[in-house]
Parts: sequence; C-alpha cells; structure tokens
Amino acid sequence: MNSKSRSLKFSEAIQEATALALRKDPSVYIMGLGVPDPKGLFGTTLGLEAEFGSHRVLDMPISENGMTGVAIGSAISGMRPILTHQRVEFALLSVEQIVNQAAKWFHMTAGKKNIPLVIRMIIGRGWGQGAQHSQSLESWFAHIPGLKVVMPATPHDAKGLLISAVEDNNPVIYIEHRWLHNTFGEVPEESYTTPIGKAHVVSEGSDLTIVAHSYMTIEALKAVKILINEGINCDVIDLRTIRPLDIETIISSVEKTKKLLVVDNGWMHFGVSAEIISIVSERLSTSLETNPKRIGIEDVPIPSTRALAKYVYPTPIRIAREVASILDQEIEIQDIDENIPTDQPDASFTGPF
Amino acid sequence: MIDTSTLKQCKKDKHGVMGMLSKDIYLELFNQMLRIRNIELKIAELYSEWEMRCPVHLSIGQEAVASGVCSALESKDNVFCGHRSHAYYLAKGGDLKGMLAEIYGKATGIVEGMGGSQHLIDLDAGLIAAVPIVGSTIPIAVGSAWGDLMQNNGVMSAAFFGEGATEAGVFHESLNFAALQKVPIIFVCENNGFSVYSNLEVRQSSKRNNVTIAEGHGLNTLKGDGNDILEVYDLTKKAIELIKQGKGPVYMEFDTYRWLEHCGPDDDDYLGYRDEKEVKEWKERCPLKNYQDFLIDEKLINQDEIQDMTSKLDKEIEEAVQFAKSSPFSKKELLFSTVYSN
Repeated sequence: MNSKSRSLKFSEAIQEATALALRKDPSVYIMGLGVPDPKGLFGTTLGLEAEFGSHRVLDMPISENGMTGVAIGSAISGMRPILTHQRVEFALLSVEQIVNQAAKWFHMTAGKKNIPLVIRMIIGRGWGQGAQHSQSLESWFAHIPGLKVVMPATPHDAKGLLISAVEDNNPVIYIEHRWLHNTFGEVPEESYTTPIGKAHVVSEGSDLTIVAHSYMTIEALKAVKILINEGINCDVIDLRTIRPLDIETIISSVEKTKKLLVVDNGWMHFGVSAEIISIVSERLSTSLETNPKRIGIEDVPIPSTRALAKYVYPTPIRIAREVASILDQEIEIQDIDENIPTDQPDASFTGPF
Repeated sequence: MIDTSTLKQCKKDKHGVMGMLSKDIYLELFNQMLRIRNIELKIAELYSEWEMRCPVHLSIGQEAVASGVCSALESKDNVFCGHRSHAYYLAKGGDLKGMLAEIYGKATGIVEGMGGSQHLIDLDAGLIAAVPIVGSTIPIAVGSAWGDLMQNNGVMSAAFFGEGATEAGVFHESLNFAALQKVPIIFVCENNGFSVYSNLEVRQSSKRNNVTIAEGHGLNTLKGDGNDILEVYDLTKKAIELIKQGKGPVYMEFDTYRWLEHCGPDDDDYLGYRDEKEVKEWKERCPLKNYQDFLIDEKLINQDEIQDMTSKLDKEIEEAVQFAKSSPFSKKELLFSTVYSN
C-alpha cells in the first residue's frame, strides 16, 4: 500500500476523492450547478469533466427539487449520484425529495431498494453574505431517520468521508464549510475511507471535553492553544459525523474529564449541541462535576454587515473564556485586535466567498 | 403469442399506429379493465370492515388510462405513479395477493406492510415508485429512465400523474430535464378535473393549456380520450415509437373522471362539490361499459364469455382476499432493519 501523503487543500482533497470515486466505479456521476465550470465549485470539481466526460460530470438546470428526484431515480436504476449545492440554502428547495423520498425509500420498500446518494452542501460565511448564504442546518437533516450527515473539518477527512459517502448505500448529506476549502492538511495519495459514525479526538487533555464539528473544530483547536498557555488541557472531539452520532467517544471523554462544552457550528436550540448535552446528561448526570455548557451561533439570522456579523459566531477567545469560566479559573486573554477583519478566515483568503 | 388468424382492423385506429390488433389483445384490454374495476369494487365493499386500515384512492371510472398505457408497454418497462396506485400496479402485471395483503398491512404484502395502498412499490412488476406527495414521483421517474439510458438497457418508462401535479414545480423541472437529455419516458397526465374537492377552475387559469406547456418544454405531445382504452393504447404505441425514433420524451394527456370520493370507498357527491349532471354524463361514458359494447358489436366477445371472465376474476379476487386476511403481520424487527442499508 502506497502510504505517501502530502499537504493538500481541503478543496483539493474533495476533488481527489471525487476523481477516485469516478475512476473506481462507472455508476458514479457528479451533477450540480457549476460543476464543470471554470471555477469548478470552489476548486472541488476542477478537471473532472476533462477526465470523465460531460456525461458523468454534469451541470444542471436550477431545479433543485426536481434534480434531487432525478438523482434518486437514477440511484433506483443503478447509478451512484453525487449532487452538489453551492450553498446549503439552495438545497432547501429539495427538502421534499431528501426527506420524503430519499430518506424513506429503504423503509417504504421494506429494505428491497436502497438509495446510494451523496448530496454536498456548502455553508457560507463572511464577506457580507447574510441571511440566506450562511446557515448551518445539519440538525435539520440529522433529525431524519434514513439520512446520514457528515461534516469533515480537515482535508484528510474531507477525502476519506467523501469516499465513504459515495460507497455508502444510503443517502448521505455531506456538509462542507466554505472557510475550510482553503485550509491545508496532510492527505494520503491513495484511496482510503474515513468511517462514517466515528468521531476523532483531535487534541487530548484531562481538564474538560470540548465537542465541535466542521469549522468550529478549527476554532476550538485555536482556543486550546490559548488555554495550554494557561495550563488548561482539553480533549477536543471532532464529531466528523453528525448522524449517526458517535456518542461513545463523547461519553468516554466526559467520563474522564467530567466536564463538557459543546461548540455548535449552528444554532443551539434543537440543534447538535442540544442533542449531545441531552444524551450526556441522560447517561452521566451524576458523575458530571459541572453543568454541561454550550456555545454556538447567536439565536438570530446572520446579518450581512461585518459590524454585526462578528457578534454572531463563537470565536477562539469566546471558547477559551467559556472553558475558563466552567473551570472557574481566571485567565488572561487579550481582546481581538479591532483591525483584524472578522469576515474572512485569514488574510490569505480573499474569496470568492 | 398473438393469434394472427384473428387479426382485425381496429376501427378506432386514428393515428395509424395500432394497425391490426389480434382478438387476444382486444380481450386482454377488456380483461385488464374488468379486473381493476372488480378489485376496486371489492375493496370498496370490504373497506367498511375496517380491516384495511390505510387510505385508499380508488380508480373506478379511470381504468382505461392505466390499462391502455401499461398494455402497450413491455414487462421489462417501468411505471411510476402517485397515491391512486392500484390500477397501474394491476395493469403492469402486479401480484393481486401481494397488493391486497399490503393494503391489509400484512407481512405478505409487496412491501411487507411498510407502504400500504399509497406505496405499491414492486420492482419485479415494474411499479418503481408510488407516493402521495403530488408530483414527487415525476422527477424520480425521469431519473430512473435517465439511469436506464446511461446504462443503455432499453427500458422504457411511463410516469402517471393527475392534472393537479402539473401545478407542482417538479413537473416543469422534470419535463425540462427529460427533454434536455432525451430521456426515454412517457409522461401520462390523467385529467380527472379535481384535486380532492378543488376543481380545475380554482387551480388553473382557463387560458392555460398543459399540452402547449409540455410543447414549450420541448416535448412531443399527444392528447386523447382517457375513457377510450383503444385510443389510450394507440397513443401509447405512438409515443413509444417516437421515443424509439430518437425524438425524445412524450407528454400524453387524457381526460377522465373519478367516480367515487377522492380517498375512501364511498360516493361523496352528497357534498355537492361537483355537478350532478356532470357526474351522470361521465358515468354514461364508462370506459368499461362502452368498450364492452364495442366488443359485442364487433363480435369479439359475447355475454357467456363475459360471464366466464367475470367468474374467473371473482375467484381470483376471493382467493386473494382470503390470503390477505389470513396472512400474519410483520414482526417488530422489520422496523429497525429497514432504516439504513448495509
């Protein structure tokens, strides 16, 4: 087995996973608005049409619900579609087909027909994108029996989870954060899978358990760096899969630390953090030393102006302060420099958003 | 095998496709409609026992479209429909015992009781999708047929829906994509004039014409009398020919009428939502009775043969009812084994 790896962008890891899947199985195809265009869906589909042809790498009409039905139908007749949406919000037009049809087909046919289908959705953030380009709606999809929901945070998992999703025999919602596309990480060259339903402990410590997913994993890891300087060491669990939730990894960490902070990538009410805290409370309430806590997106729509949007998202500093507060420790953290823009992930990221 | 010694020029062959039909086909079309009618009547009769505990949408009065279209298709071909699914399933060669057991919610049902009347899905029979969300199987049908095209397996598909589905966005999305990719599919619109109790006048502009809308999406179109099974059969053969000639998908529209209530076994005309005269006129245009009269006039069948056919069907139906009633329910494990596929 070739175990060579090199540093790749998250977007390149997605592209590579897609190419491997298309190469391996002639029934796989990818379809979505802009998939074969010169920008290649933020670089994630670049070059695929040239290698695999326009019959397997397709653009599509702006008919999200209809085209989701088309993808489902093609899965019924033996294909393995990957459908893409440039923002989560466009996929909302197809909730009928996703929830009523794709998620129910295996059940409705008493297990006689499954729907292998991957639907990629991108969460936007920053550059004034506002209310309809910034929503993290994984809990909507995770609510539905019959769907799986994955949210990679690293290039390694972006590739491994996409290959797993394509090989999975069920509908898998693959949600990627736009601010992750330009992040770098080590990615093996060969085809490999990151198992669906397995969380990953990305940082170890015994003081407190932080559970995060998607871009909030990155923010939590930044918080951990701040906290280490203060002598505070945390377990950070990157969920990677929202449904099925890897509750055992969370429980095992919280049994060790006896303290829990969930950093939600979306709204907290009825969301991922609500679910995790419910399950942990049900299972471990007597052994917890502090009340489980959570932070997440403020309970408001996300505005366009950066002057207000900056209040909406958890930041590494907010996460670090929350951890210190749970531990009842005084820590010294300077406030964010007002001159650093909050509407881009870092200075190197200049869009397109 | 078709018995060529009985070939007879069809008097209703307006489109020149049907040509000579054998007596076997004339009688098979009749048997199809009679079978659907009598099964639906039996369901209506037994429904009041409250053992069939799921919504049923009966096809009485609308037998000709399902029978005509499905008879023109081959057994390897696929059909898709909405909640009013019994007629398509039966016409496509579905298993009556499995269908009734499904409606009774039993383990011997075609989807083991998970679907009921509204989800008669049977891959072997070629009824690939049946769901009650109006219009939702239209894009699934297009996708399935497109998948068949990509795999070049020669399968033809027909998507059945009512005129209410033409008001849904997915109808237009599906027609557009089917035309774009030349998907081998026939869209079959059965206009029965009502969406539950809402008539066409409160739902579509009087200036609207779904045939020209389909043409606008780039489809071939055919329109006919949905209570005349020979016309339905003939137009379907024409549609199949157009698709095989590489001319792309076809939209067919048939006017017809539902006799009973939207959902359930009874007559609901006491509610006054439709004109008594209109109901009476449509019942006089009974697809079964008129076709039977035609066959008798043409000396293709006589009363004794009709009686014989009816008796055989009665026996088949009675056996299927007993089978369904005496079958066990599915076990609890089925609930948990059918959420995710391995």
